[in-house]
Amino acid sequence: MLKRFPSAATTPSKLLLRRYIFTSDHKMIGIQYFFLSLAAVLVGTWLSLLMRIHLVWPHGRIPLVGEIKPENYLGLLTMHGTLMVFFVLSTVPQNGFGTYFLPLQLGASEMAFPRLNMAGFWTALASFFVLLAAFFVPGGASIAGWTQYAPLSAIRAAGPGQGIGTDLWLVSIGLFCLSSVMSAINFVTTTVKQRTPGMRWMRMPLPCWSWFVTAILSLLAFSVLLAALILLLLDRNAGTNFFVPAGLIVSGQAVNHSGGSPLLWQHLFWFFGHPEVYIAILPAMGITSHLLSVFSRKPVFGYRAMVGATIAIGALGFMVWGHHMFVSGMNPYEGFAFSTLTTAIAVPSAIKVFNWLGTIYGGKLQFSTPMLFSIGFVSLFIAGGLTGPFLAQPSLDMYLHDTYFVVAHFHLIMAMAGIFAVFSATYFWFPKMFGRMMSERLGAIHFWFTLAGAYAIFMPMHLLGVAGHPRRYSELTGVQYVAAMAPLQKFITFAAVITICGQLVFLFNLFWSMFRGRRAEANPWVCTTLEWTLPSPTPAAGFAGRVPVVNRGPYEYSVPGSTADFVAQDAPATQEG
Amino acid sequence: MRLALVIALLLIAVGSLWLFIVHPWWFPAAASRNAGALDHEFRIAFWVFGGLFVAAQIALAAFLLSSRQRKKSDYILGNWKLEIAWTLAIAALFFWFNVSGEKVWSRVMDHHRANDALQVEVTGAQFQWYFRYPGHDGVFGRLDAQKFARPDEGNPLGLDPADLAGRDDVLSSSLVLPAGRDVELTLRAQDVIHSVFIPAMRFKQDAVPGMTIRAHLQPTQAGNYEIACAELCGLGHYRMRAQVRVVSPEEFASWLATQELRAQEKTD
Repeated sequence: MLKRFPSAATTPSKLLLRRYIFTSDHKMIGIQYFFLSLAAVLVGTWLSLLMRIHLVWPHGRIPLVGEIKPENYLGLLTMHGTLMVFFVLSTVPQNGFGTYFLPLQLGASEMAFPRLNMAGFWTALASFFVLLAAFFVPGGASIAGWTQYAPLSAIRAAGPGQGIGTDLWLVSIGLFCLSSVMSAINFVTTTVKQRTPGMRWMRMPLPCWSWFVTAILSLLAFSVLLAALILLLLDRNAGTNFFVPAGLIVSGQAVNHSGGSPLLWQHLFWFFGHPEVYIAILPAMGITSHLLSVFSRKPVFGYRAMVGATIAIGALGFMVWGHHMFVSGMNPYEGFAFSTLTTAIAVPSAIKVFNWLGTIYGGKLQFSTPMLFSIGFVSLFIAGGLTGPFLAQPSLDMYLHDTYFVVAHFHLIMAMAGIFAVFSATYFWFPKMFGRMMSERLGAIHFWFTLAGAYAIFMPMHLLGVAGHPRRYSELTGVQYVAAMAPLQKFITFAAVITICGQLVFLFNLFWSMFRGRRAEANPWVCTTLEWTLPSPTPAAGFAGRVPVVNRGPYEYSVPGSTADFVAQDAPATQEG
Repeated sequence: MRLALVIALLLIAVGSLWLFIVHPWWFPAAASRNAGALDHEFRIAFWVFGGLFVAAQIALAAFLLSSRQRKKSDYILGNWKLEIAWTLAIAALFFWFNVSGEKVWSRVMDHHRANDALQVEVTGAQFQWYFRYPGHDGVFGRLDAQKFARPDEGNPLGLDPADLAGRDDVLSSSLVLPAGRDVELTLRAQDVIHSVFIPAMRFKQDAVPGMTIRAHLQPTQAGNYEIACAELCGLGHYRMRAQVRVVSPEEFASWLATQELRAQEKTD
C-alpha cells in the first residue's frame, strides 16, 4: 500500500495578515475562492442585467452606465460568459468548497501541497484582475465571446476590443489555466495520499469522488487550453500562423498570414471546452447526491453506480467535443461519430437522475434550504438535460446550433443547475465555515424566487431558438423575423430583472448570518462525514494531530438497529451491531 | 413546504408542456426539400423527451408527496437489477433516437447529387453576404481578394480582371433561386467565420475563411426568406442579413440572363 503523506499540522500564525490573507491554510483558501467567485458572480450578473436591458431597450440610458452600443454589448457578453464559466462555475464548486472540504471529508488537516494551493489561489486572483482590466483599455473588452473563435480573435483589426482587450483575455485565461492545473495536482494527490486510515475509495463521500474526477479533467483539459492560448497569443503578437489562413482581408486591409486553420482553434478549444462543462457540473452533482442523502436521512441509492457514472462521465467527456462543430465545416462523417459518443454520455447522466430519485424515494424528508436547492437542482438538471439529445443530433443541431435554444439548454443545465448546487452547498456548509447558521426563512424565500426565475427566464427562451433567433445578437432590429420576437425577449428581460433582484435576499442572508446568525453547533445537520466531527467553525488546526479512523461508508442514515438515525463514519466499529 | 414543492413541480411540468404546445413562436413555414424530415425528427424528439421531462418532474413530485406520513426513512442501499434495467432502457431509447437522427443527417448531407445542380458561391464578409453565379460558361472566375478586392468599385470579392471565365460571373446581394432545383452552395469567407442560416429552409452552414465548403439545398416554395448570420463575426453580426428570393424556374432564367448581360456590359 502507498504510504500516506503526513498531514501537515497547520499552526495558526499570530499575524492576522498571515492567517487570513497570505495563508496556506486550505480552509482560508477555500473561503478566499468563495469570495473570489462571489465577486465574479456579482460582476457577471450585473453584465447580464445590462445585456438584457440593452436587448429590449437598445437606446435606453442606464443610470451610471449610459447607452450601450453594439460593441459594448459584445464585450459584456464575452466578459459575462468568461466570468461565469471560469470564475464562478469552475471555481466555487471545485476550488471553493473542494479546497475547504476535501481534506476534512478525507480526514486530513491540510491539502497535500499547501503552498501550491496558495499559489493557485493568487494566480486565479491575478487572472481575475487581468480579465477585468480589459474593460478599461482602449477598445474595451474582447467582443469574440468566451469561445474566442479565430480569426475574429486572432486579428486586431477584426473589431474594437480585438486589440489589447483580447490580449488581456488570453493572458487572464492562461493564468487561470495555470491556477487550475496547480489546484488539480493538489486535489488528485490529496485524494490519493491523504485519506485517513479506513477511508477506502468506496467509503469516500460522493463530493470527494466528484472533486477527484473533476481534478483529473482539469489537469488534462486546462493543459490543452493553455497550449491553444499560447498559440493564439503567438499568432497575434509574434507573426506565427496557427489559426489564420492565407488571403484574408479585414476592414479593407490585407492580412499578412498564411497556412493557419480556424478549425484547429475550434478543435483545441472544445477539447478543453466540453470537459469544462463537466468540470463545472460534476462537483455540483456530487454535492447534490450528498445533500439528498443527508436530508432524506437515507443512504445514497446505488453508491457504486454513482461512482461509476461519475467516472464514465469524466472519461466520455473527452470524446464528445465535436458536437459543438457539426456545422463548422468539419467532415460530416465526424458528425456521426460525435453524435453517437454524445448519446453515450447521456446514459450515465440519466443514471444519476434515476439514483437521485431513488435516494429521495422512501425517505423521511427534511425540507431545509440546502434540500430545497438540491431538489431544484434535480428538476433543473432534468429540464436542461433533456434538450441535450436534440442538440446531439447533427441534423437538428444544424437548425438549433447557435440559436437561443442552445443558450437555454446550457443555462439550465450548467448555469442554473450549477448555481443551485452552489447555493445548496453554501447553506449547508456555512455553519462549518463561519460558525453560524444562515436564516432558513430567508433561504426559503430565496429558493422560491430563484426557482421561479430560472424557469421563467429559460423555458420560454427555447421558443426563441425554435423560431430561429441566433444568439449573440446585440440588437433585434437587424433581421426582420428576429424583430418579431421582441415581445418574448421583453418578457425574459422582466423575468431576469426580478430574479436578479431576488438574489439580494441571498446576499443579505449571507452577510447578516456571518455576523448575526444563530451560533452553530458542531453537527447541526446531523451528518455522518468527518468534517462534522470538528467544532464549528473548523479550528485552524483541523483535526489537530488526531487521526480519525473510518469504519464505514459515508451514507449510514437510518441504519436498522441503531438508536440514532445516523452512524458517523468514524464511530467505533462495534456500534455497527 | 412539501406541498408547495409538489405544486411547483406540477406547475413546471404542465406549464412547460402548455408553452410548447401553444408555442406563440415556432418554426417558420418549411420551404426546402429536407425541412419536412427535420421537422418530423424534431416532433419525435419533442414528444419523447418532452414526455420524459413531464414524467420525471411528476415522479419527483410524487416521491416528495409519498414521504408525507413516514416516521423513519427506509434503509435502502440500492438495487443492481433496477440499475441495469433503467440503464438498458434509457440507453436503448437514446440510441434509437440517435440512429433515427443519423439517418436524417446522411440525407441532409448527401453529397451524391445530380451534376446539374445550380452552382452558387456564397461569400461572407463583415457584415455583408455576396452571392456569385458562374454565368453561362458554368465556370467561376478566379478570385484574389488581397490583390483585387475593391468594394467601392463593384469588385468586393476580388475577381481577377484577367480571367475570362469571370467576365460573365453574376454578383448579387440577395440569393435568388429557382424553386424545385438542387442548389450547390460553395461557402467562403473573406475575413472571419460567418454562418449562413436560412431558418425557413432549416439550413445552416458556417462559412470559414481559408476553406471552401460545399452544401446542398433544394428550395420548394416560391417566396421571400431571410438569411441571418449565425456565427459571431463582430460588431455588425446582428445586422448581417440577406434576402433569399425563390422564384419559378422561368423567372429565374430571365433574371439570370439579365444579370449576365449586365455583368458583361460592365466588363466590356
